[in-house]
Amino acid sequence: MLKIQNLHAKVEDKTILKGLSLDIKPGEVHAIMGPNGAGKSTLGYVLSGRDGYEVTDGQVELNGQDLLEQETEERARAGLFLAFQYPVEIPGVSNMEFMKESVNAMREARGQEPLSAAEFLKKAKEACKQVHLPLDFLKRGVNEGFSGGEKKRNEIMQMILLEPTLCILDESDSGLDIDALQVVADGVNSQRSPERSFIVVTHYQRLLDYIKPDFVHILADGKIVKSGDASLALEVEKEGYAWLGEAQEAGA
Amino acid sequence: MSEQIEQALARKYEAGFVSNVESETFAAGLDEEVIRKISAMKNEPQWLLEWRLKAFESWQKMEEPEWAHLHYAKIDYQAISYYSAPKSMKDKPKSLDEVDPELLRTYEKLGIPLYEQQMLAGVAVDAVFDSVSVVTTFREKLEEAGVIFCSISEAVHRFPDLVKKYLGSVVPRSDNYFAALNSAVFTDGSFVYIPKGVRSPMELSTYFRINEQNTGQFERTLIVADEGSYVSYLEGCTAPQRDENQLHAAVVELVALDNAKIKYSTVQNWYPGDENGKGGIYNFVTKRGICHTNAHISWTQVETGSAITWKYPSCILKGDNSVGEFYSVALARGKQQADTGTKMIHLGKNTKSTIISKGISAGDANNAYRGLVQMGPNAEGARNFTQCDSLLIGDQCGAHTFPYIESRNPSAIVEHEATTSKVSDEQMFLCQQRGLDPEKAVSMIVNGFCKEVFKELPMEFAVEAGKLLEISLEGSVG
Repeated sequence: MLKIQNLHAKVEDKTILKGLSLDIKPGEVHAIMGPNGAGKSTLGYVLSGRDGYEVTDGQVELNGQDLLEQETEERARAGLFLAFQYPVEIPGVSNMEFMKESVNAMREARGQEPLSAAEFLKKAKEACKQVHLPLDFLKRGVNEGFSGGEKKRNEIMQMILLEPTLCILDESDSGLDIDALQVVADGVNSQRSPERSFIVVTHYQRLLDYIKPDFVHILADGKIVKSGDASLALEVEKEGYAWLGEAQEAGA
Repeated sequence: MSEQIEQALARKYEAGFVSNVESETFAAGLDEEVIRKISAMKNEPQWLLEWRLKAFESWQKMEEPEWAHLHYAKIDYQAISYYSAPKSMKDKPKSLDEVDPELLRTYEKLGIPLYEQQMLAGVAVDAVFDSVSVVTTFREKLEEAGVIFCSISEAVHRFPDLVKKYLGSVVPRSDNYFAALNSAVFTDGSFVYIPKGVRSPMELSTYFRINEQNTGQFERTLIVADEGSYVSYLEGCTAPQRDENQLHAAVVELVALDNAKIKYSTVQNWYPGDENGKGGIYNFVTKRGICHTNAHISWTQVETGSAITWKYPSCILKGDNSVGEFYSVALARGKQQADTGTKMIHLGKNTKSTIISKGISAGDANNAYRGLVQMGPNAEGARNFTQCDSLLIGDQCGAHTFPYIESRNPSAIVEHEATTSKVSDEQMFLCQQRGLDPEKAVSMIVNGFCKEVFKELPMEFAVEAGKLLEISLEGSVG
């Protein structure tokens, strides 16, 4: 489904990704861990086509299509979803309005009829309940005055509504208490399916107790330096990232 | 990203077509003779001709104001024609079937069919084309309720006492340079009278269209709401796309007698000029209302057009407990310049006013809010709340705020809040990541910014205004 080969990318003049390769098959959950500044968030931004993130080398294919050729909104319509680490506010635009436009943009790209207001409302209410947000969140401005935890749950609600094929969760666990973490994880787990893949970017092993990954990758200095199964995350939890230097040297 | 926003802002002006109508147009130039001719064309009573001539006399002694944050070449008042009317209107058509079909088509193209059965039920329209009113719909239905809605030219003949009593009572004929000019040469406009205790059974609206080249439009609207009555009035305007600037200098007067309420909404979409600032309407408008005891006047405006906008819809809160409101969205893009705001003059006790102004600047545009809140010595317990928000799109535009506050009563409370924000790259990225086109994203963010004002508009108009902003912000993204 997603094939990343030798990806290099820079922001302004700073090279952040330095030859990252990753292969994700349908239905798989890949966790990406690594120290601060390793390029974890950058990977999400580069894949989703954020302005200012320039790819200098490498290829990315999503479902057989050249991803890097496409505009941000085209990638989204092709099924790529990014749950933001710090979702931005859009004052005065209700969550409902925003998501209805968004859902219908996706549907249009898939050749489906737009949802009627009533159909959409029904789905939105269900999604809202699933992430334990009160229904009045649908009427409130996008992320306007939401707490950190509410913003994260709102992102998961959007993911549920948009039915993407590749979900990138950028530190969706940061700043969450244990109950909120459980809600976010339940939301994600409910969406796991043989067709849908996930990239879960996180600092801590904690989230992976709730969202069981098929693979864990350690990203350091713009490259994946070690891959393994869920036990790798436990190792990191115990040892920290200090050993990475040695591992890199050993690998070289 | 800012480049994408810029492209998203490239606009098409959809009302820019010219109607092929044979018109009778005065030669350019302004002197006493021209004013006598306008008055004679309209077969006006002597008092009105004299009123016009006095206004002209004052105007000649006045200086064009230069205090606004606007830059434009001096207007040559002798290069403008002060009267133009479709020839077919000379025979005074009795019904729509006698009106030149080309005129009807013009309004249809603008989305305002004048046949009653095709119209939005619940909205009566006065259609003003250049210097004359073409038709006023639903008159019979309104007259059953005692509501008078006709062109001001007609009102001068049919209701001379009302016109004589209120014309110039809120905006005196020598009030300011542009109001004096209007008083001298005004050609048509709407007249509304709502009798005591009557709630107008429908929304009233006037649609202004400038068509002829090198003419100015100088309309005058007078709305009188008698004691305890209510009316909601809407106004829309468009003009063809031309290379020359055209002058529009209107006067609107509102009189809300005791316990009356007037809600006045405007969607202004005059031709704004091209991307290099060529052409476009110069919009110099004086709008003012007076509130008697417990009366309420609410101005809502959505200003998206015109090369230059100079406009300050105001309220004189004369009666105790009266209420004035001003809700405004002003969008300026390309080379557009807007200097707009309001004046709230609190004279009576416990008078209240609310000002919500949303200015959006994009491209090279300059958008200024200018507002005066004045608390008179007798305005015990008066209150004002002002909120003034500016949204910047791109880094070449300007937003300016000029609030003036004068309080002569220690018990009066005046609050002013102001914010300036930008459409951020983060917001654009979020929208696009959710599958929205950049155009859609910008218009959604802008609409959200304007929400507090849009909710004040009557329903049909709110939809219209949202669409208008969308069109204004529409463009191709490569």
